[in-house]
Amino acid sequence: MTAAPDHAPTMTRASLFHRLGQAAPVLLVPILILAGFLAIGAPSSWLTLTVSGLAMGMMIFVMASGLTLVFGLMDVINFGHGAFISLGAFVGISVLLALSGWTEAPSLVLNLAAILLAIAAAMVLTGAVGWGFERVIVRPVYGAHLKQILVTVGGLIVVEQLIHVIWGPDEIFLNRPETLQGAITFAGAALEKYRILAVALGLAIFLAMRLVLRRTKIGLIVRAGVQNGQMVESLGYRLRLVFIGVFVAGSALAGLGGVMWGLYQGVITAGMGERMMILVFIVVIIGGLGSVEGAFIGALLVGLMQNYIAFLEPKLALVSNIGLMTAILMWRPQGMMPVVKAK
Amino acid sequence: MSDPVLELSGLHTDIAQYHILEGVDLSVPRGQVTMLLGRNGVGKTTTLRTIMGHWAAKSGTIRYDAQDITGWPTPARARAGIGFVPEDMGIFSDLTVEENMVLAAASGPLDPARLTRIFAAFPPLKTFWTAEAGNLSGGQKQMLSIARAMAEERILYLIDEPTKGLAPAIVSTMAGALRDLKAQGASILLVEQNFAVAKALGDHAAVMEGGRIVWTGPMAELAADTALQERLMGLNMEVQG
Repeated sequence: MTAAPDHAPTMTRASLFHRLGQAAPVLLVPILILAGFLAIGAPSSWLTLTVSGLAMGMMIFVMASGLTLVFGLMDVINFGHGAFISLGAFVGISVLLALSGWTEAPSLVLNLAAILLAIAAAMVLTGAVGWGFERVIVRPVYGAHLKQILVTVGGLIVVEQLIHVIWGPDEIFLNRPETLQGAITFAGAALEKYRILAVALGLAIFLAMRLVLRRTKIGLIVRAGVQNGQMVESLGYRLRLVFIGVFVAGSALAGLGGVMWGLYQGVITAGMGERMMILVFIVVIIGGLGSVEGAFIGALLVGLMQNYIAFLEPKLALVSNIGLMTAILMWRPQGMMPVVKAK
Repeated sequence: MSDPVLELSGLHTDIAQYHILEGVDLSVPRGQVTMLLGRNGVGKTTTLRTIMGHWAAKSGTIRYDAQDITGWPTPARARAGIGFVPEDMGIFSDLTVEENMVLAAASGPLDPARLTRIFAAFPPLKTFWTAEAGNLSGGQKQMLSIARAMAEERILYLIDEPTKGLAPAIVSTMAGALRDLKAQGASILLVEQNFAVAKALGDHAAVMEGGRIVWTGPMAELAADTALQERLMGLNMEVQG
């Protein structure tokens, strides 16, 4: 066997400055929460807004996580992602309306079972539609960004119109399941029960995604594929199949996000996904292309910022997220944790 | 010459509007090291990438291990036993050294005996096993790139400039590792600009010019004829040692 060079390197602990630099994006969330506390003053209002912001952030993360992987893996800009949010909301809410006996019962178990069934139905259907969307609309335009934008926007419009055809042109109002209505009081702050559920659900999805991406071979292939797809294929993996899987999973997650958002807002419309795409794209961009962790932190920042600013300076609420994106891109032009470098 | 593991016949490849390969004919003998030499920009890397399927051949055929693989997708070529080490090393910088190696073992878990051999050839990989690959030095990244190709049994290795920009001690490690691969029966098609390394490792040589193979023969014959070297390759080769 070959003699190795004399040089015998050792691992040393990274400097504090280096470690702080790496952790900076993660630290932004507690820093923003602390800044919110100092600016708002009243602890109960701050706690209510913080839970609301985290809940909103978690839901945006669920919608954005699939998009950032699709973006990173195959360099596909899918403006049609919003269609899966709307479709998921309509399918999920239809299931909830059909299960009104369960949702109106004062039983947490029945209420949660109804929500889980609604989520399952929404994810299965949006996943299936996502598979067809990739095959019919996205596949012919790989590598052509302008065409991707045009045809995926076209796909979005088609799905929106199909929603009008199936569910009618009007918005649908809904009540949350019986036991998830109202708020609990904690430390003098009113915390909406549904928002707490949304935080728990979003956190569970993030941890599950992280587990899959970090601890499984398929996760390894996805992470490597985001960085250098050609090399992953050169090792023998059929990245196309992985991409289809990610596209379907991302569509299903968007559908799940749609159900959560619909329950959060109490009303659904065919255009809700399209409107959410502004926030979703902001999250994907400030998180860094291809990064699930970046999207998670970005979504929490967006949710918290929107809630704090809406309370402190309502007139600035509309531009708060654009301001956040501008500030982060001036600090890190590729986003906070880019896996794929912007071209 | 022993039976070829790889045969290219009349291979043409276009990249965008550029016609890069203009009829490459090449035979790579089994179990030996074939050096692919030539000036910069003559089509060496494109030849390797066309064999690997990164670029589609416009015409011509690629026969590998007695099968026509011209239309095969890249993953099928890799699973058939072709290992590829690109010029840019293709390291997954956000993954650890361990994750890079686990990924390289596409057909199952890493073989411990094979890993022991890899660690013996490249000890820094053991030291930095849990470190992010992006933090490795250039030489260590190159070690990882070759180690990754060695993570599974391969019939043919396509290696693009493995010693480029490396210190002499690392170059000698790379050369040793490639010699070991050959000793284990692998066939290697190696693009190399360092003529001393080419001379030390190569059994055969093929020289490219203008997208074609213009000379093939024993490496020793090319190494012994400086006039031929000058005529075929100009001054671009780093003559060392």
